[in-house]
Amino acid sequence: MRDFILTAGMIEKTRMAIENSLISAGVRTALLIDGAGNILSNCGKDSSDIDTISLAALAAANLGATSQIAKLIGEEDFSLLFHKGKTDNIHFGRIGSELILITIFREDVSLGLVRCRVSELAKTITEIFEDN
Amino acid sequence: MALIDLSKREVHCKIVYCGPGRCGKTTNLLSVYESMAEKDRGKMLTIDTKGDRTLFFDLLPLNLGTIRGFNIRIQLYTVPGQTMYEATRKLVLKGVDGLVFVADPLKVRRQSNIESLDDLRRHLQDYGLKIEKMPLVIQYNKRDLADTPTPTLTIEELESDLNDTLKVKTFPASAIEGVGVFETLQEISKQTVRYVANKHLLADMK
Repeated sequence: MRDFILTAGMIEKTRMAIENSLISAGVRTALLIDGAGNILSNCGKDSSDIDTISLAALAAANLGATSQIAKLIGEEDFSLLFHKGKTDNIHFGRIGSELILITIFREDVSLGLVRCRVSELAKTITEIFEDN
Repeated sequence: MALIDLSKREVHCKIVYCGPGRCGKTTNLLSVYESMAEKDRGKMLTIDTKGDRTLFFDLLPLNLGTIRGFNIRIQLYTVPGQTMYEATRKLVLKGVDGLVFVADPLKVRRQSNIESLDDLRRHLQDYGLKIEKMPLVIQYNKRDLADTPTPTLTIEELESDLNDTLKVKTFPASAIEGVGVFETLQEISKQTVRYVANKHLLADMK
């Protein structure tokens, strides 16, 4: 596992990319975390109301568990996870092998749009992290 | 893997409590949680499952103050101890910066302690880490049982089983009574912060 050192520049570029892509599309909260459950970036209007430390740890564990399930059925990994709630939905997408993007959104945003934007963002974020 | 956030001047370290099933890892975290001031601790997260075993993990975030202008934030995790939850255990060890091995002194658990330590060594190796090079302390838990008729191992027996080659600092404790819990945490925090600082911050400043 690689060591990350976040610089203010990297954080700002990542935050701007998430704001422009997901938050502007109506997503309530987006969190970028690593596979060990550390929060790298936290965007959106509800992010201060959520226990993000617990959310990040559980999301990392959730994707880790999913990855083990994938192996049990002969898949290498599942790249995304989606949970539908009564009002809020949550989407987890892998970005490269180290990062996870968590997106929380409501009925006013379609899952297709979120998947599309997350997939575009994955490329942008990978470039930001690879440049450093 | 520690996370150093230069924009917020924060260092996040991950300390994992390991050991065989029912040795008292969650009890250690609960004891820390109950005795720390609210401003210095986060919410303790335990994943509710049936029975009292930890199936996934427990998490307790702590704030340990400032060193050289950096806020030190520590996340304490436990792993499920039972042998069959190997995959989950390995998952929680991802990105670990410091380790506490909690040993069970019950005579019947002697082999479980040894197997659990071997299992830890193997998982760390899979992540490219050597147990000898990691910040590690061993806690001999449930010392309150030593004075009861329950057959327990002596400290000398535990030392020879677990710490003969590692030679790390050890702490007698009774997590259920809160004895030795803070001493263990203090030592592993110190070692972990020093390890992370030497590896990243001080190397950058040289």
